[in-house]
Amino acid sequence: MSAPAILAEDLYKSFGETEALRGLSLTAEEGTILGVLGPNGAGKTTAVRILTTLLAPDAGRATVAGYDVVGDAAALRAKIGLAGQYAAVDENLTGRENLEMVGRLYHLGRPAARERAGELLEQFSLTDAADRPAKTYSGGMRRRLDLGAALVARPPVLFLDEPTTGLDPRSRNQMWETIEERTAAGTTVLLTTQYLEEADRLADRIVVIDHGNVIAEGTADELKDRVGGERVEVRLEDSGEVERALGALAGLGPEQPVADDGWVRVAVAERKGAIAEAVRRLDGEAIGIDDVVLRRPTLDDVFLSLTGHVAADGDEAAENEEVRA
Amino acid sequence: MSSLSMAVSDTLVLAGRNLKRIPRQPDLLIAYTVQPVMFVLLFVYVFGGAIQTPGFDYVDFLMPGIIVQSIAFGGFVTALGLSEDVQKGLIDRFRSLPMSRSAVLAGRTSSDILLNLLSLAVLLAVGFVAGFNFDSTIGKILLGVVLLLFFGYAFSWVFALVGLYSSSPETANSIGFTAIFPLTFASSAFVPVASMPNGLKQFAEVNPFTTVVDAVRSLWLGTPANSDVWMAFLWCVVLIAIFAPLAVRRYRVVSA
Ligand SMILES: Nc1ncnc2c1ncn2[C@@H]1O[C@H](COP(=O)(O)OP(=O)(O)OP(=O)(O)O)[C@@H](O)[C@H]1O
Ligand SMILES: [Mg+2]
Repeated sequence: MSAPAILAEDLYKSFGETEALRGLSLTAEEGTILGVLGPNGAGKTTAVRILTTLLAPDAGRATVAGYDVVGDAAALRAKIGLAGQYAAVDENLTGRENLEMVGRLYHLGRPAARERAGELLEQFSLTDAADRPAKTYSGGMRRRLDLGAALVARPPVLFLDEPTTGLDPRSRNQMWETIEERTAAGTTVLLTTQYLEEADRLADRIVVIDHGNVIAEGTADELKDRVGGERVEVRLEDSGEVERALGALAGLGPEQPVADDGWVRVAVAERKGAIAEAVRRLDGEAIGIDDVVLRRPTLDDVFLSLTGHVAADGDEAAENEEVRA
Repeated sequence: MSSLSMAVSDTLVLAGRNLKRIPRQPDLLIAYTVQPVMFVLLFVYVFGGAIQTPGFDYVDFLMPGIIVQSIAFGGFVTALGLSEDVQKGLIDRFRSLPMSRSAVLAGRTSSDILLNLLSLAVLLAVGFVAGFNFDSTIGKILLGVVLLLFFGYAFSWVFALVGLYSSSPETANSIGFTAIFPLTFASSAFVPVASMPNGLKQFAEVNPFTTVVDAVRSLWLGTPANSDVWMAFLWCVVLIAIFAPLAVRRYRVVSA
């Protein structure tokens, strides 16, 4: 097996008192998508900045495409594409000029840079706006232009820091398809995200980080298995009957059923027959059922159980904005 | 590609980028040309009558001074542009590309030369209208122009460093106008050094602005040159030798 396309070992980075990374390690095999999941301030952007040679780690080492991020930084830069957390486009240049400039700085040569810019504008549905200054673009259009810039040289390793934040559902889907196309062509992608759905859909492997450290890793399925198997969820016609429902469903699975917001949830060991059994038990007690579903835990459940808080925590997001301002 | 040809090609791409932006920011262009013109009019017609310049019409004395000041501040576009690039994350993008590490800064400073040439033309035109005249040979006049552009280029590197240390264009602005602008007044640019009080006079005598202004006066008005001309060129070399490496070093680690 070939060496991993991205390998980080025991990275440390502090900014004054803040320890942004505390021994972070991760790997991504060639041609796969690694999802890096973590709440605000977890250290995702710091890790991306180290892996793209923008920032030197205080300790630890990392290689990307076989190049050391510190020692071989100059050679490495020809092998990577970066779309940072905040779209980096020159607002006074048009979309086309932005992409051509990046192409020429990758030394594609003028004609190739021009051709590639045209292709990307088309791919990201920016053809109509191609010759307008980027300052007239909406947030989502800038984001797409920025992604385009990362793809100009078709680099073998791509770093995308929250690539779909601020995109509407259609653009998000387009972005996902583009990312999948790139990996089908052999590109390795490291993608940070706050959207668990996105990691679930795209990532071959996921690392969950918090406070600068990996707290869990695996495939989406493996992570979900860690929080337990499937669960039956029942919504009652009359929420006054929650207590009786909890009693009726006790023993259906290995754990005690729980009530939450008019729903009663119970983890079950065996998918088969679980719904029928739950309905039978509630029926036997004459408890009315409004809705009943069987579902796998989502990454939201994973996140909640691992970090003790939900993924996009409003207060912390606001706090983080202040830090940057 | 060799590293030198890469540096040249990257610098040209970025200088092209800066020049494309200029006509799209008309406010910048206006500030750049109107402000010096206001200064000429202010000094010639408001202060001019009160300032004694033995042996010269004030407008002849003033024009080299005011041109040196404007050209030195031409590099201010670099400070504003770089601090904006840092803030907007463009420097991160450039630093992640396999490009020359000096090209972003060299592209800035070299596109300033063209802007400075433009402002020189505007200032001279206004100067002629206000009564300015050369009193020298064509060769010396052109050498004066070369010196001015070289000095402007050297100052662009000073402003490159200012821009990279400023967290926003507003900060760059205040550093420029509180720390550097006053230096241009403590020189022979607007009044004869001999008329200054002790202390200030000694400072003005060693101020590189004085050296450069006196050199341009000797080249354009035929005043005795002494050592001013070659000292002025030397100052430009020294400024570049100090500030270019500092700016490039800062560029390699700067972040928003
Ligand atoms: N340049 C810096 N100076 C000071 N502190 C910093 C700097 N960059 C990051 N930090 C701090 O390091 C920690 C990790 O930040 P980082 O940007 O890596 O988090 P993140 O996971 O990307 O968060 P988000 O989801 O909000 O983008 C935070 O506490 C942040 O405030
Ligand atoms: Mg981040």
